[in-house]
Amino acid sequence: MTESTPAGPAIVAEHLTRRFGQVTAVANVNLQIPTAQIYGFLGPNGSGKSTTIRMLCGLLKPSDGRVHVLGHEVPRDAEALRMHIGYMSQQFSLYKDLSVAENLEFMAKIQGLDRRARRTRIDECLTRYDLGRLLTQRAGSLSGGERQRLALACAILHRPALLLLDEPTSAVDPQTRRDFWESLFELIDQGTTILVSTHYMDEAERCHRLCILDHGRVVGEGEPQQLIDDIDAHVVEISNGDLRRVRRALEGSAGVRSIAQLGSRLHVLMDHRTTDPVASAREALGGEHEHVAINVVRAGLEDVFVAATGAATEAAD
Amino acid sequence: MRGIKRMLAVAGKEVRQLARDRLTGGMVVGIPLIMILLFGYAINMDVRHLRLGIADQADTQRSRMLVADIQATQIVDAITMARDGAELEELLRRGDIVVGLLLPADFERRLTDPTRNAGQLMIDGADPIVQGVAQALANMPFAARPPQPAAASLLAVRTFYNPEGRSAVQVVPGLIGLILSFTMVLFTAVAIVRERERGNLEMLITTPIRTIELMAGKVMPYILIGLLQVTLILVVGIWLFDVPLVGSILDLYIAASAFIAATLSIGLLISTFAQTQFQAMQMTFFVIMPSILLSGFVFPFDGMPVAAQIAAQILPLTHFLLLVRGIVLKGAELGELLAPMRNLGIMFAIAMTISILRFRKRLD
Ligand SMILES: Nc1ncnc2c1ncn2[C@@H]1O[C@H](COP(=O)(O)OP(=O)(O)OP(=O)(O)O)[C@@H](O)[C@H]1O
Ligand SMILES: [Mg+2]
Repeated sequence: MTESTPAGPAIVAEHLTRRFGQVTAVANVNLQIPTAQIYGFLGPNGSGKSTTIRMLCGLLKPSDGRVHVLGHEVPRDAEALRMHIGYMSQQFSLYKDLSVAENLEFMAKIQGLDRRARRTRIDECLTRYDLGRLLTQRAGSLSGGERQRLALACAILHRPALLLLDEPTSAVDPQTRRDFWESLFELIDQGTTILVSTHYMDEAERCHRLCILDHGRVVGEGEPQQLIDDIDAHVVEISNGDLRRVRRALEGSAGVRSIAQLGSRLHVLMDHRTTDPVASAREALGGEHEHVAINVVRAGLEDVFVAATGAATEAAD
Repeated sequence: MRGIKRMLAVAGKEVRQLARDRLTGGMVVGIPLIMILLFGYAINMDVRHLRLGIADQADTQRSRMLVADIQATQIVDAITMARDGAELEELLRRGDIVVGLLLPADFERRLTDPTRNAGQLMIDGADPIVQGVAQALANMPFAARPPQPAAASLLAVRTFYNPEGRSAVQVVPGLIGLILSFTMVLFTAVAIVRERERGNLEMLITTPIRTIELMAGKVMPYILIGLLQVTLILVVGIWLFDVPLVGSILDLYIAASAFIAATLSIGLLISTFAQTQFQAMQMTFFVIMPSILLSGFVFPFDGMPVAAQIAAQILPLTHFLLLVRGIVLKGAELGELLAPMRNLGIMFAIAMTISILRFRKRLD
C-alpha cells in the first residue's frame, strides 16, 4: 500500500520556512522522516509543530524551502498526495452533530471507498477502536478518548500510507493514551508511516525518532535514547535540607541551567562544561548546606527537552 | 462517478445536519411565513376613515347621492370640499387628504354611458393601503347605475406618486424574491463558513474531495429548500391574500430555480471571504440591503436615479422581480422574459467561477 520505495524516506523537507507577517513560525527546518516508523515532533506551545504538519500535508504553503511527501512535491502535487495521507488536526474536526456511524460513513464516502469496502472497513474500525456500542451517539457527546478513537478511525479508513497526527492525545487520560499508542504501533506493523506531535515526554519516548522544535527551529533530532545519551548537560539531584533555601542559593549561580522540584528532591541541570557537577553544585551552595545529599542521576527525555529548548530561564522561576 | 458520489455524500450530510439544526430548520419555514404574514396583513388591513376631499362639479341630485353612498361605507370621511381636480391634487400633495373624489360637470351624461367612468378617485399611491381601498370604492355598486357586464367601473382610479400601483397582490410575488435572496445567500454563506469555523474544513480539504464537488454538494439541499419556500409563499399568498397566479406555474418554478442558483452562488462567494459566521451574516446584509432598496421591490424602478438603476442591474433580485411579476401577475411566458433569465444565468456563472477559483484547498 505504500507507494514510495520502502528504503527511501517518507518525508523530506529542506529549509522549510513559514512566516505569518512578522512572525516566523517555522524557520529553516530540515527533515528526513523514515518510512514505517513513528516520528515525533516535540515542542512547547507555539514552537511550530502544527504549522510544520500543515505544510507537510499541503494545507499551508511554505514561505520557503522544499517538501517531498511520499514522492510528491508539496504543495504543487498536494492533490495527488491526498489519497495517501490521513490527517488528524489538533482541533476535533469531525461533525459533532452527526453520530459515530454517520461520521464514519461520510468519511468513507469522501475517501471514495465503494459500498463493500465501506462496510468492511467501517466494521473493522468499529471493532478495533471499540466504537461499536457508540454507533448512534453524536460525536459531540463523546468523551475525549472516544472522540480521539473516532478521529483516528476516520483518518485511517482508506488505509493511508502516511498518518499525520497533531497532538492526538491532548485531552486523554494516561491509560487511554497507552491504548492509543498500541494502535499506532499496529499501524506501523502494517507499513504506515506516522508523524505525531506532542508535548508529553512519555509519548515522545515511544517514538522511533524525535524532532525537538523550539521557536520554529529544530533544536534536537534523533532517536530518544541517543538524544538522552548526547545531552549537553549534567543532571544532579539534591535531597535533605531546606530545599527552598537550597534553591535560592543555586539560582543564578554559574553553571546551573535549570532547577525543578520533584517532591522532596531538587532536579538540577548543570552546564556540560563543568567537569565535576557535584563539586560545582556544592561550591554554588557555599558553606551553608553541607548536610544536603547531591547525586548525579541519569538524564531523562525531559532534561533533554529542557536543555534543548532553552527553557532553563523559565524553569528557574 | 466517484466525484458524484462524494458530492452526494456531502449533500446527504448537509441534509442530516439541517434536519437536526432546529434554528436553521425554523428559519426555512419561519422567515417566509412571518414575512408574508407581516407584509400581507399590513397591506390588507381593514381601512376606515380615510380623509376625503370632494370636488362635485356636477352638483346634481345623483352626484350628491353618490357622495352620500361613499360616505356610508365609513371607509372615507369627507373633510373638505374643493372646486376642481387641480385643487384636489394640491390637497393630496400637501397630505391634507388621502383620497380625492372628482365628479365632473358632465357626471349625469357619463352615468348613463356604460363605457365611461362616471367620476374619478384620486389617491396618494405611495400608500399601498389606500391603493386597495380605492379599487374597492371604484367598483362599488351604485343604485343609479345598474351593474352591467363589461361596463367601465363607476369611478376611474387615478394614482399619484406610485404609477406601478402596488398592493398586497403585487407585493407577494416580490416577496418570493426578497425572502429567497435573504435565506439563500445567508444559508449557503453560513453553511460553508460554519465548517471553516468548526474546523471541519481543515480535515475535509486534506481528503481527495474536489472543490466543485464540495461546493455543489453543499448547495444542492438549499436549492430544494428554496423551492420549498417558493411553494410556501405561493400557497399562503393565494390562500390568504387572493394573489392570482396568472401565468404558468412551471415557468414560475423555472424562473425561481434560476434565481435560487444565482443567489446561492453569491452566498458561496461570500463564504470564500468570510472567516466567521458572524462575518458571513454581515456580508449577507450588505448584499440584501441594496437588493431591498434598489431592485424595485420598495421603490418603483423607473423613479430611481440612473446611477441607482445601473447599480441595480448587478442584483439578482432586480431581474427576478421582472420574472416573477411578469409570470404571476401579468401571465407572461418565459419566452418573453429571456433577458432577465439570461442575466440570472450570467450572474450564476460569474459568481460560481469566482468562488471556485477563490476557494483553495488550503488554510492560507
Ligand atoms: N494562521 C496564523 N496566523 C498568524 N500566526 C500564526 C498562524 N498560525 C500559527 N501562527 C503562529 O505561529 C507560531 C507557531 O504556531 P503553531 O500552531 O505551529 O505552534 P504549535 O507548536 O502547534 O503550538 P501548540 O502546541 O500550542 O499547538 C505561533 O507563534 C503562532 O502564533
Ligand atoms: Mg499545534
